[in-house]
Amino acid sequence: MSTAAIELREVEKSYGGKLVVDRLSLTVAPGECFGLLGPNGAGKSTLTRMLLGITPPDAGKITVLGVPVPARARLARRSIGVVPQFDNLDPEFTVRENLLVFGRFFNMSTRQIEAVIPSLLDFARLGNKAHARVADLSGGMKRRLTLARALINDPQLIVMDEPTTGLDPHARHLIWERLRFLLSRGKTIILTTHFMEEAERLCDRLCVIEEGRKIAEGRPQTLIEEQIGCDVVEIYGGNPQELSSLLKPCVQRVEVSGETLFCYAPDPEQMHAQLRGRAGLRLLQRPPNLEDVFLRLTGRELEK
Amino acid sequence: MFEGFAGALPANAWNWIAVWRRNYLAWKKVALASILGSLADPMIYLFGLGSGLGLMLGRVEGTSYIAFLAAGMVASSAMTASTFETIYAAFARMHSQRTWEAILNTHLTLGDIVLGEVAWAATKAFLAGTAIAMVAVLLGDAEWPSVVYTLPVIALTGLAFASLAMVVAALTPDYNYLVFYQTLFLTPMVFLSGAVFPVTQLPEVLQQVASVLPLAHSIDLIRPAMLDRPAAGIPLHIGALCIYTVLPFFLSMGLFKRRLMR
Repeated sequence: MSTAAIELREVEKSYGGKLVVDRLSLTVAPGECFGLLGPNGAGKSTLTRMLLGITPPDAGKITVLGVPVPARARLARRSIGVVPQFDNLDPEFTVRENLLVFGRFFNMSTRQIEAVIPSLLDFARLGNKAHARVADLSGGMKRRLTLARALINDPQLIVMDEPTTGLDPHARHLIWERLRFLLSRGKTIILTTHFMEEAERLCDRLCVIEEGRKIAEGRPQTLIEEQIGCDVVEIYGGNPQELSSLLKPCVQRVEVSGETLFCYAPDPEQMHAQLRGRAGLRLLQRPPNLEDVFLRLTGRELEK
Repeated sequence: MFEGFAGALPANAWNWIAVWRRNYLAWKKVALASILGSLADPMIYLFGLGSGLGLMLGRVEGTSYIAFLAAGMVASSAMTASTFETIYAAFARMHSQRTWEAILNTHLTLGDIVLGEVAWAATKAFLAGTAIAMVAVLLGDAEWPSVVYTLPVIALTGLAFASLAMVVAALTPDYNYLVFYQTLFLTPMVFLSGAVFPVTQLPEVLQQVASVLPLAHSIDLIRPAMLDRPAAGIPLHIGALCIYTVLPFFLSMGLFKRRLMR
């Protein structure tokens, strides 16, 4: 009997001969917020569907909340809440009706659902919108309602596919704050995102996936330290190719992405000295972040 | 296709009710428009053909033409209501509205969803067919109380056509193909099944074809009940409608599993 909330062992899946999940193993502990990061098409959504037992793996073993999936997925889903990537609320229903209808899909009685609706609306900050039609809600409100709906069965595990994609910064921050509240209540969260700030702020641990393979795993700060480990100077303007050969001797690594030059510089002063006297350059020095890790691992045009 | 099929079957005998109730709640908001909309078409046919053609035809199979036609309209309106609910509304919930996707993340299975949708489509068919039967009674074109025997047949007709339409919904890539089911299958069936004229008017070959059509079995049960006449071959007709309900239901589940749970 495993104590992990989620355990994947050597899981494989391919569609039409194309491998989308390649012998992937990972473990998520109870109470943890775990991030699945990867570019579009990396296999993140396929993985979340596999956790729910909707997509059967070709090979490997999946255990969710101690239950084998997909064999007993229905039992596992009893204790899972899902926030899907695409809004699938019922637009013709009110906020309250959406919760009522969804609760019934978990065999809850009307009375049981009525009892939890006020606290869910409160949680989602939709207390005054109970009788509003979903079609009249803003994007942020809809996403909060989807989150509230995912909690109707009081799940231990919440699976979120791109929870804040398409939201404005204010709405996004409100979602993050609500998720931290859930984590403080001991819920386990697994989320997919290609939004680095989200992963850095929320996730205790994360894994970076590319073409169905795990290419890195760990705590965000550890990954940043391991993969980058020094300040980053971004240079705009000028010819990136020419600048990169000029700066290469005095920095740890140089990468070109489009018109921008990224210098990983343990000693930025030395770099500044090299560039002295050059006009038209804009420099931005900042601490490294997860975006640097992600881009480094998943391939920005590497300057060799 | 049938590998791991158990996970797609209905989980129990009552989970589907949650899906049915969801659709009922949505329908309640537009109930009046929906009822009027589904009644208008068969009523127009009934009065248009019944009074117009009826004058020319005189008596058909020993009754007035409008009374003969009423039974055909009851059965075909149940067929239409059930089919349209499935290939348009349920298909939208499966396809563009992503309602099924949301439900698949819950305690329900794919089979629970399909069963709930079939039961709901049959409910709408029951409402449509029953309303026309009652109008026929009020106009004196159907016999009371024998007309009551039509009610379970209308429901069974609704189930059979919902199941058949589920197969179509599971196979169609998008809305554009659905019209072919209507024009190439349903409309010819109305003319082959004795809805608007007696099957005996057809050439022998087509009579053979008609004898296996679900609508023909439905009409062969509904017409005697509405006219208060003895019906022949009741177990055969009921059995045929049951087969048309059960086989496509399981086939559609296999097809939906392949489409949605891959």
